Amino acid sequence: MSGALLARALREPQSVEALDGAGWTALLAAARAEQLIGSLAWRVDGLAMPDAARRVLADARAAVEQGRLAALWEAEMARRALASSGMPVVLLKGTAFVAAGLAAGMGRQIGDLDILVPRERIEEAETALLAAGWEWVKPDPYDDEYYRRWMHELPPLIHRERDRMIDVHHTILPLTAKVTPDATALIESRVALENGLYVLPPEGMVVHAAAHLFADGDLQGGLRNLWDIHCLTDEFGGAEFDERLAVCAARHGLTREVARAVRLSGALFGDGDAVTLVDRLYIRRLLARDGWGQPTRKLTEQAFYLRGHWLRMPPLMLAKHLWTKWRKGYRPAG
Amino acid sequence: MRHSTMLRIGPVGFRVGSDWRAPVAALEALYRNYPKPQDGIPDFSVRLFAARPWRRFVRSAVHIGGDFVIPDAAPLPLAQGLLAAEMGMNLQMALGQRRYLLLHASGVEKDGKALLMTGESGAGKSTLAALLMARGWRLLGDEFVLIDPVTGHAHGFPRLISLKNEAIGVMAREAPGGRWGPLLEGTPKGTIRHLVPDARAIAAMDQPAVPALLLFPNFGFEAAAREVPPSECFVRLTQASTNYVSLAETGFDALTRFVRAVPARAIDYPDTASAVALVERLWGELA
Repeated sequence: MSGALLARALREPQSVEALDGAGWTALLAAARAEQLIGSLAWRVDGLAMPDAARRVLADARAAVEQGRLAALWEAEMARRALASSGMPVVLLKGTAFVAAGLAAGMGRQIGDLDILVPRERIEEAETALLAAGWEWVKPDPYDDEYYRRWMHELPPLIHRERDRMIDVHHTILPLTAKVTPDATALIESRVALENGLYVLPPEGMVVHAAAHLFADGDLQGGLRNLWDIHCLTDEFGGAEFDERLAVCAARHGLTREVARAVRLSGALFGDGDAVTLVDRLYIRRLLARDGWGQPTRKLTEQAFYLRGHWLRMPPLMLAKHLWTKWRKGYRPAG
Repeated sequence: MRHSTMLRIGPVGFRVGSDWRAPVAALEALYRNYPKPQDGIPDFSVRLFAARPWRRFVRSAVHIGGDFVIPDAAPLPLAQGLLAAEMGMNLQMALGQRRYLLLHASGVEKDGKALLMTGESGAGKSTLAALLMARGWRLLGDEFVLIDPVTGHAHGFPRLISLKNEAIGVMAREAPGGRWGPLLEGTPKGTIRHLVPDARAIAAMDQPAVPALLLFPNFGFEAAAREVPPSECFVRLTQASTNYVSLAETGFDALTRFVRAVPARAIDYPDTASAVALVERLWGELA
């Protein structure tokens, strides 16, 4: 299984020195599929490997470096658009990692710009971004209405000239979820960067990653999420950090999710933490990729798709939502 | 994947997997003289797959996937599986290639110098490159020319030459004895037939050439040639490059250097004979 191959290569980079051509082919396919090829390239840099693999990884490094510059520029564009409002703008996920110069940003592929702003000012943020050249992406009125009523973010916006997306969050989980994190406390815990933007403190970053992974969604891209968590706990780890993380997790009602995230990232990328039976099911889902980087174990995947939705909204609403999406032709990926 | 094959075109290794035997068999037959990817590690993987298991057998529709994909790309019928494989490989290049500046151009080589031809689909760049190949030039490729940002050299990408509609008959006359793929009718681009590049193009595909002349051909007008200044050339090539934007500064530097060094002409031509005469005259004057 190429998922396990990828996890091992990230955990023990020297393990790639034993790979043959087929092994490298599977590893690179899985790394691309999980959007972890940039992180892999950094991890195995300098080790002995075939020239063909070295070239692919060098290309990946050049691509993530360019992606880093573009992400920082996009954050700066958002800062300028929102500067006159005076509202705090907190960078989230990949852009936050590279803006703060964290290990989790090394080789991190960054897609959209994710920002967190106070909920009472989200309409103001929307107006300012629209005035600065961002436009709506979703043409579908059902989706638009759904986002506005139930989601933790505005419907995605795309910039008409730079063709880059921005997700404007006002909290870190959908409003329909059972758990309600304290968004005000998250924003208050923000750490200032030199450029006038903010990031969450490391424990807030871990809690956000864990919330995203376990309380919202079907574990799509979960391996990268756990790699982020591993890099964060590895960089900031220690008794004092564990304490702050526990307090932060408890405040947002995510103690169980954070504990699981820490166990899984430790089991996959760290010193092999002890895992529970249920954890094993997660690992099975997270590593389910074949030699082409394709998801395997369809049944597990479908089960997690349903579970993700179950956690995201109450049963009656879920039934209505899935029915509407089905009629519109949507099917789970795969 | 049930069936798969590996091949290398110029500096780029591919792995193509398929739910059906036929597309892989067609690739293996037509690319039989091509080398395998270096170290057995391809740069890109392409997957030809059925969206649902039963669609392997019933109304088979070939979906194109791979390391890099366009969402919602329309599938092709199984009879056009070879075209799907070619489109899949092109897509990986267009979306994923980072090592070279990719020009949507055909190219031929003589004396270590490269003649490149770029233009909209239908301008005749594939046909002209194939014609010149039949007249003794070495084919670099009919779809992409790869510019090395470090050296400025043009690397070949001599995949199967994709000829459309009337060009198929023209080349059948001009290159008798050429090896051809199946006639694919009713494709999104009309009738398509693939011509295998000649032995020389395949044998020399690792040898780069120094770009010496760039042409913007335009089919259907009286024969004429117009100088294209570097500024216009730059703008037109940013449109003709699929990875100019993603390469950022590297792409800008490579393209700036290219347009400063390489003379460019826009040429009109009413038929293939006058096109070849015009190209060879310009080559004699400028390259």
